[in-house]
Amino acid sequence: MLADRDRIFTNLYGQGDWRLAGARQRGDWGGTAAILARGRDALIDEAKASGLRGRGGAGFPTGVKWSFMPKKSDGRPSYLVINADESEPGTCKDRDILRNDPHKLLEGALIAGFAMGAVAAYIYIRGEFYNEAMRLEAAVKECYEAGLLGRNAAGSGYDFDVFVHRGAGAYICGEETGLLESLEGKKGMPRLKPPFPAAVGLYGCPTTVNNVETIAMVPEIMRRGAAWFSALGRPRNSGTKLFCISGHVEKPCNVEEEMGIPLRELIEKHAGGVRGGWDNLLAVIPGGSSVPVIPRAICDTVLMDFDSLKDVQSGLGTAAVIVMDRSTDIIRAIARLSRFYKHESCGQCTPCREGTGWLMRVMNRFVEGRADIEEIDTLDKVTRQIEGHTICALGDAAAWPVQGLIRHFRPVIEERITAFRQRSVRMAAD
Amino acid sequence: MIEKEALESLRVEQFAFDEASEAAIPAILTKYPEGRQASAVLPMLDLAQRQMRRTTGSAWLPVAAMNEVAERLRMPPIRVYEVATFYLMFNRRPIGKFHLQVCTTTPCWLRGSDEVVAACRKSTGIAGWGETSKDGLFTMTEVECLGACVNAPILQVNDDFYEDMDGPATENLLAALRHGDVPPAGSALGRQGSAPADGRTTLLGNGC
Repeated sequence: MLADRDRIFTNLYGQGDWRLAGARQRGDWGGTAAILARGRDALIDEAKASGLRGRGGAGFPTGVKWSFMPKKSDGRPSYLVINADESEPGTCKDRDILRNDPHKLLEGALIAGFAMGAVAAYIYIRGEFYNEAMRLEAAVKECYEAGLLGRNAAGSGYDFDVFVHRGAGAYICGEETGLLESLEGKKGMPRLKPPFPAAVGLYGCPTTVNNVETIAMVPEIMRRGAAWFSALGRPRNSGTKLFCISGHVEKPCNVEEEMGIPLRELIEKHAGGVRGGWDNLLAVIPGGSSVPVIPRAICDTVLMDFDSLKDVQSGLGTAAVIVMDRSTDIIRAIARLSRFYKHESCGQCTPCREGTGWLMRVMNRFVEGRADIEEIDTLDKVTRQIEGHTICALGDAAAWPVQGLIRHFRPVIEERITAFRQRSVRMAAD
Repeated sequence: MIEKEALESLRVEQFAFDEASEAAIPAILTKYPEGRQASAVLPMLDLAQRQMRRTTGSAWLPVAAMNEVAERLRMPPIRVYEVATFYLMFNRRPIGKFHLQVCTTTPCWLRGSDEVVAACRKSTGIAGWGETSKDGLFTMTEVECLGACVNAPILQVNDDFYEDMDGPATENLLAALRHGDVPPAGSALGRQGSAPADGRTTLLGNGC
């Protein structure tokens, strides 16, 4: 198990003071000016060497992403945009950072913003997180009053602003270009790429969008060094990670653990185990609703990191572990996710707009069993016509849970259809 | 339904920001660069909706308020309508004093959101989603993932998350609201944030 001294989020549960005084005691804002004094290139190299991969779901190497930003301004300012639009079902880790460790995020914003040459950061926080946004605003105010943000931020000689922007209820704004559209005051409809945000982002200016957890990890990595971070976890999957363990466990919780921790150990050590014991486990969605479900047999041995979960045709995503015991109607559980994606499709691309509704309607029939066996293959085929055929990844995200269900639970669907048939025949005979 | 909404939304003919709202506007506008004031459309609509709650007891956005925001931000009104109809948190018809937003997405459903829904229905007499109770106190909305899944199921009332809910906790909460008490938000089990219910498994040392 990860030692407490290697944990980054030491106020994860709000057991300490979230304000500046408490944050400083935990080491935040310590030597920030000296970190910036190392220079942009050194910080980007440190981020690359640490192996930090984006914590928002896609897992792109953070330092590499920063390096796409222009080294010299062509007259346009550059921006850092922090994605706090946490809405992926199962995921609730950024919320804890926003409310309990806001200064880690703000210090990270300054360091990352400096490394990429940004003049300001916008933190886009989902509208429903009203109380969290108020706390974050209060932390920002503390920083300005203490000279940590604004002109000559933290005594570094660098000017840097941070603004908090609240969303208003739309999952699609968690997609980075949908978020930028929303931040510009429009509907959150994703943009076609290229151009990528590093070239044309917010207000047509170079922009990098990073997740809250990613940015909040940066100060500690810079303080302790890339070697410390990359020694944790496994190669290409380094460091620590916030895991959200929800569903049918004895004690649902968030916890920071080492990347690559076995799924079973994660659940049993921190969440009190599966309700009714490990043998009562049916399946787990290991990385938020968008990644394919894995059945118990895989859960027995799989490790929780990007590559291990990819190897079993699932994904680490946001590391939101949704646990389902044997009492779960797995078809219904996935059908509800299909309804989620149908609700959240922005409607811009036809395969997603029409496809998500289609998936939902067929999945709802599967819940009853009111379908033909052949329709299972048809459903699978339709998911593949949505996947990869839309501007953003919402189409993929809608397709994958259904594909996972068919891959691992086809017999359950067949059984449901057969039972429905038999019931209908009996009723007709009565 | 849509026609009804449109009619109600036009019923309020005038909207002006009051003193309290005006005081908040400069801080909103200075967040965005010169010429990018359209960025303020979400916060300005939110401000208008909050003013409606403060002054009328119902947090919603009549068309007149959207027009006022358009004027302030020098945007064509249609651009503001587009935004107001795209985002779920803007209510385009009057709602009850307490907006019961029940999450029923899979993580909440696995932990018993059906019971929370049933308790809301039973306590308020509301039959369908989006409806308001006869006493005007409660409106029930089904919402998608609220992002607090390890504290599921969640019932959001106005701005606050009530967590680790079940049927009886929901009934108690609604009874309190009906009597004018607003209980503190957070876990119905009294646990600390997202920590395991019987205490932390990590961060146990001194100084943490």
